[in-house]
Amino acid sequence: MGEVIVITSGKGGVGKTTTTANIGTGLAASGLKVVLVDTDIGLRNLDVVLGLENRIVYDIVDVTHGNCRLKQALIKDKRFEGLHLLPAAQTKDKTSVTPDQIRELCAQLKKEFDYVIIDCPAGIEQGFKNAIAGAEKAIVVTTPEVSAVRDADRIIGLLEAAELHNPKLIVNRLRPLMVKRGDMMSIDDIIDILAIDLLGVVPEDEMIVITTNKGEPAVLDNNSRAGQAYRNVARRITGEDVPLMDLEAETGLMYKLKKLIGFK
Amino acid sequence: MLDFLLRVFGKDNSSSKNVAKERLRLVLVHDRADMSPQLIEDLKEDLIKVISNYMEIDENALEVNLDSSNNTVALVANIPVLRMKRTSNRKEKIG
Ligand SMILES: Nc1ncnc2c1ncn2[C@@H]1O[C@H](COP(=O)(O)OP(=O)(O)O)[C@@H](O)[C@H]1O
Ligand SMILES: [Mg+2]
Repeated sequence: MGEVIVITSGKGGVGKTTTTANIGTGLAASGLKVVLVDTDIGLRNLDVVLGLENRIVYDIVDVTHGNCRLKQALIKDKRFEGLHLLPAAQTKDKTSVTPDQIRELCAQLKKEFDYVIIDCPAGIEQGFKNAIAGAEKAIVVTTPEVSAVRDADRIIGLLEAAELHNPKLIVNRLRPLMVKRGDMMSIDDIIDILAIDLLGVVPEDEMIVITTNKGEPAVLDNNSRAGQAYRNVARRITGEDVPLMDLEAETGLMYKLKKLIGFK
Repeated sequence: MLDFLLRVFGKDNSSSKNVAKERLRLVLVHDRADMSPQLIEDLKEDLIKVISNYMEIDENALEVNLDSSNNTVALVANIPVLRMKRTSNRKEKIG
């Protein structure tokens, strides 16, 4: 029996979809069976981040409304045998799916897959309630900014109220140099405020934009720092004890020099 | 220049990170002040237990609220007292 994990944040644009795609691909790359479920109805995104947008026939609403069988709506990834996507509906109303339907859907999916990872929409309304309905674990994504951390705090309260205990935190888009000069909250600052366990720290990385442009998650790129961070997160999810990577060392002057002269 | 030195030695409380932390702290006190009804009920129950050691109160008229205004949040309790006790029951209760 697999595990259902929801990736949520409250605030939009902090990296939920990026995180879902990268964690899912990372897990599938190590041979696990993974299905990614896009619950952002009306704002379908996960398909393009994964480069699977041309293969969609049916979507999550087709499944819950019985227009097709669940198997028919699952899109196979082009790189990994074990990776599948259940896309969000793009044109339908978001009230067309209920928490009960998602709960039932997750129950079915986890019979087939090792991990069912749910990409949650922004906000705390119906879309959020749908996304968390079938989940057993939650990952909260935030960035080191006041508004994102505040929304994460709210989400943590709502998860607790929904009996989704012990959510784990991913801090995305961290800029070590800004932290160093006191212009960005550090990991410790954020943990101190939110008081939940840290699952990973993903640095700000241009490679996210570049890989997303191509529809190939950064987790597959060995030169991407964010990709490395996501590989670590995927390993932690499977229970491995992986230390946080040293973000500072490699953004410093020496690293830049080394990179310039081609040592790195 | 002084500003720069302070920053280098990490003594500058006005660095934007510290401003962010302080603003977050305040905003979260307000956000979290939106306590769940269950939590308020639990708090009331505990308050009644403690206060009953010293005075007889009208439990049904007891009101507890978190009042947030300006930059502070205050716990405001309105507890009608029916009778004062001469000595506290505290020791008996603990024992
Ligand atoms: N670590 C990162 N470094 C650089 N850009 C990032 C990073 N994480 C996310 N982004 C960019 O931020 C934007 C929002 O990310 P997305 O995953 O769509 O957020 P959400 O799903 O929470 O709305 C995207 O354009 C994405 O490429
Ligand atoms: Mg998204």
